[in-house]
Amino acid sequence: MYKSLLIDPAKCTSCLQCELACSFENEGLFNPAKSRIKVFEFEHGLTTIPYTCTQCEEAWCLHACPVEAITVNPNTGAKEVSDSICVGCKVCTIACPFGTINYNSSTGKVMKCDLCGGDPQCAEACPTGAIVYVDSDWTGYSKMRDSALEAHA
Amino acid sequence: MHHVIVGAGPAGVIAAESLRRKSLVDSITIIGNEPYPAYSRMAIPYLLAGDVGEEGTYLRHAENHFSDLEIDIRNESVTAVSPADKSVSLSSGESVTYDRLLLATGASAIRPPISGMDSPRVHNCWTLFDAHKLLNDVSAGDRVVLLGAGFIGCIVLQALVEMKLDLTVIELADRMLARMMDDPGGRMIKTWCEAKGVKVRTGTEAKAVEEKDGVLEITLGDGSSFAADHIVCAAGVRSNIDFLAGNGINTDHGILVDNHLQTNIEDIYAAGDVAQGPDLSTGEQQVHAIQPTASEHGRIAASQMAGEALPYGGSLSMNVLNTLGLITSSFGLWDGVDGGESVTSEDQAYNRYLRLEFRDDVLIGALAIGLTQHVGILRGLVQTGVRLGAWKQRLMNDPSQIMHAYLACVQGSRA
Repeated sequence: MYKSLLIDPAKCTSCLQCELACSFENEGLFNPAKSRIKVFEFEHGLTTIPYTCTQCEEAWCLHACPVEAITVNPNTGAKEVSDSICVGCKVCTIACPFGTINYNSSTGKVMKCDLCGGDPQCAEACPTGAIVYVDSDWTGYSKMRDSALEAHA
Repeated sequence: MHHVIVGAGPAGVIAAESLRRKSLVDSITIIGNEPYPAYSRMAIPYLLAGDVGEEGTYLRHAENHFSDLEIDIRNESVTAVSPADKSVSLSSGESVTYDRLLLATGASAIRPPISGMDSPRVHNCWTLFDAHKLLNDVSAGDRVVLLGAGFIGCIVLQALVEMKLDLTVIELADRMLARMMDDPGGRMIKTWCEAKGVKVRTGTEAKAVEEKDGVLEITLGDGSSFAADHIVCAAGVRSNIDFLAGNGINTDHGILVDNHLQTNIEDIYAAGDVAQGPDLSTGEQQVHAIQPTASEHGRIAASQMAGEALPYGGSLSMNVLNTLGLITSSFGLWDGVDGGESVTSEDQAYNRYLRLEFRDDVLIGALAIGLTQHVGILRGLVQTGVRLGAWKQRLMNDPSQIMHAYLACVQGSRA
């Protein structure tokens, strides 16, 4: 069974360690603007919600890609972008109804969560357990899938 | 069961692959009329710009992708469809019978009906053939006129600038991107392009073209004229339906299909740029000649052809475009509806623009310039038609809160 990121906003303190860990793992620099996970603040920070790709089964980004630059990693189930194939057309960024695949102007390619190959650094870095990497059945995955299917109908 | 798919673009290829996933025993044939491996027109600007080689435009990369899936790909033109005996005629004279037929013949570039457009110095920029010819014929520094600043024109524009051509853009409409951007947005894009050294002339059209001693003389609507070495024509595309004349399949701008992507004739379906199918926003039948619709149509048509009768809610009109680094996107009914409400925010200094259109408390359309992070949620909100409740007024006050509204209303997050 694949594992997924389980996010519990109630445990999030908005320390942004996840964003820093993500950008360092993927870009080699501590720049939250290049993070694939993003913490959104509500009510001036009273509520904070970490948000990233759920690796949805529907895989809107993958299907929309015109050049097969997005594929499924058979080990993790993650939908991964191949920088060498991506031409930077950005069709995936408008096709994904969750807004979790984004254009990276410094590379001219798109970027999304790839679960760090099975060792997600955001979960590793999270000090409060707001982000954990667990068996898929434990996540809100089915809710996301239903939402995707509903949108598709 | 033999599925015949006419057209080897994204809609046809994705339909074939989806059909194979649904049945290991059905026969699947794709008939495409271009002499290349199945490729994406979306990638052509990147070929012109030198970012990728021809293989970078291919839809699939594994060497034996189609033969491994036992999908037969034939390079032929289909000249006619005969619903009576369930067959298609090929240019070779052969005919192929089908049990279920998918018409995914795409669209072709059109040229404005003015004199001189038959010169070899006038180029299209739609197929791989066009791209190779253009790369072969033009050189850095050439004076090039781009006819048309719509979606395709603006994508090509980026590539032509990267080819270091001396570029002038002529657009009949009063602004660039007239069909995916409003006045303020169109002005922002024009100003941006001019600042990058591109000459842009909107609200005028080429009236005549004449070739003299290897130079094109282009006369505009106001009577003025100027010289250019080449014209690149991006004046629009038209669905490829001519081969269907007289066979009983209903057509309009494209092939008319219902919410099962089926034509008026049983067992004949259409998908992609040639299909005029349900529009999610209006329920009317529209041609949405865009990659996400081609891919969606391909998968849905395959489900229908495999006997899974899931009705299709319709495709969402949307586009994303990079014009010399300025990124624009449009979704759904971005021009609004009667009785709807609208809000815009504009930051000229940072070249950012956002327009949201509502019906009641539902987002029905959006335009964005300079927004690249989480832009897909605009689709999510329009597509799901989720009620925004109190967030509607918050967005009317501050449209930049759109991601927060999405998280609260679609993801059901607290707050």
